[in-house]
Amino acid sequence: MAHHTLTPRQYLILGLVALCAPLGDTCLSRGMTHLPPISLAHPGTLIAAVFTPWITAGIALLIGFFASYLTALSWADLTFVLPATAFGNVIVAFLSRFWLHEPISVMRWAGILLITVGVGFVAQGPSLTEKPAPLSENAGPAAEAEMEQVR
Amino acid sequence: MMIPSSAPPPGPWTAAAMIAAIVLSSTAGEVLTAAAMKSIGDLDEIRARSGLKGAIRAVLTCPLFFAGVGFLALAFFALLFALNHLDLSLVAPASASLTLVTNAIAGKFFLKENVDRRRWTAAMLVCIGVYLLAH
Repeated sequence: MAHHTLTPRQYLILGLVALCAPLGDTCLSRGMTHLPPISLAHPGTLIAAVFTPWITAGIALLIGFFASYLTALSWADLTFVLPATAFGNVIVAFLSRFWLHEPISVMRWAGILLITVGVGFVAQGPSLTEKPAPLSENAGPAAEAEMEQVR
Repeated sequence: MMIPSSAPPPGPWTAAAMIAAIVLSSTAGEVLTAAAMKSIGDLDEIRARSGLKGAIRAVLTCPLFFAGVGFLALAFFALLFALNHLDLSLVAPASASLTLVTNAIAGKFFLKENVDRRRWTAAMLVCIGVYLLAH
């Protein structure tokens, strides 16, 4: 069944997509920068890196991202899901400003504003394109008569 | 493989080709994955009917899904290759924002999505926003 307005659960899944991807990337980045340089000559160190806490958390978050992304794509259009989930960039910018106390330039504030307005635009529209349902064998006589007229 | 530090930086056309490779393979991956998920149907309903295992089975038995994941993997390696030659501050915002636009075009023509003025505006605003944010 096509849903054109989202349920709270579906908003939650979109929120998970938006949050898990940037947080997962941040965890991976933090984990990898705390490790000594890894050479391709010693691939074992790369496998060992997978089991460090930050990288394990990053991989778990990215698996969560992909699962919720696939779920969102099963009931919403790609052109709805992608801009909506770009809101994660805004969340990360706010986290870096207020948690990590990193400065945010005017350009970045402008970017945050544009993404927020863009997400607001797309979120107000329908989430799924309505496609005409194919006429089934059980279609009523009115539909049959209409098909005859078309022929 | 690292290129020697004495190697000249790639010209603008080579840089554009590297970014185009990321954008095109990423768009192909996103569109194929979206088509796969639409052909499978609402995963929430499948999970309610046949449980989590049923939902996972439905995804893993769809060939389109693997085609999409293949292209997404290609996009990842194209990104790694580009990062080996170009600055992150160029590659990340350019590929992320251009992918939004190409996905809107591909969604309209390949997935037959209703990309109306509202969605075009949103895609363009988010595209510029992502570029500004990453700079």
